[in-house]
Amino acid sequence: MNTLTQNQNRAADQPKSTDRSFVVPAVNISSNPDEYLVEAEMPGVARDGLEVLVEGNQLTIIGRRQPEAQTGEFLYCESCPDDYRRIFEIASDIDTTKITAQMDQGVLKLRLPKVERVKPRRIPIAG
Amino acid sequence: MKLIPRRRRDELSNWSPLNHLGRLREEVNRLFESPFSEWSRGSEFFGEWTPSVDLLDTKDKLTVKAELPGLKKEDIDISLDGNNLTIAGERRHEDERKEGEVYRSEMYYGRFQRTIALPHAVDSNKITANYKNGLLTVDLPKTEEAKRKQIEVKVS
Repeated sequence: MNTLTQNQNRAADQPKSTDRSFVVPAVNISSNPDEYLVEAEMPGVARDGLEVLVEGNQLTIIGRRQPEAQTGEFLYCESCPDDYRRIFEIASDIDTTKITAQMDQGVLKLRLPKVERVKPRRIPIAG
Repeated sequence: MKLIPRRRRDELSNWSPLNHLGRLREEVNRLFESPFSEWSRGSEFFGEWTPSVDLLDTKDKLTVKAELPGLKKEDIDISLDGNNLTIAGERRHEDERKEGEVYRSEMYYGRFQRTIALPHAVDSNKITANYKNGLLTVDLPKTEEAKRKQIEVKVS
């Protein structure tokens, strides 16, 4: 499991999938004063194959590829048929009720707004 | 692979070798947890990246599929030179952050090119391409002659 903002050795916490394997999608994670932005590469996944789950402080993204009936012989096959999954631990400064997801040409874009109290605020000086 | 997150200046002040080891160990673990996904996803070489490609041979056509997430249709070029199909283009990085930080940067940007040697002659006038869900599919119908040759081989 990776926290959004830190790398920790939490490999032992990663749920072990016994029945099937997943591909770990490549991600870009950044932030600005208002929100965190998570982008994940999932080529071959349509909007309805996407699942974004928040449970406690755990954010899971799952992308299911569209099954295709192939009749023929693969002369090269570099792509992986497995579905995508990646799990993150999210910080307490994220408002999990306001997370939005968008999918464009195989790239998932998640916006995780920060809770109001942690946003930097300029205090006007009276008088 | 770009796995090294950019660190803030204030993190450097509490730098400790143990922290670094932990980080390294975590990345190594991640590599071993999913060895194939890391390698099959394509790689970056001298500033260019190479997308993963599949080549499928069916009775009447060859189909090439390339994983090209997050591109625009107009940034993909497909060309055929003899029996060599080339898929090239550029993935642009649209960074909408005005201020802030980057924690992870694992995606590839910039130019890419892939040339695939086709095992059969294809009819260059009948090639069709479709880009959907970050997946480019190029259908290349075989020439009548190529189809005939296949049948001949089967008979002999």
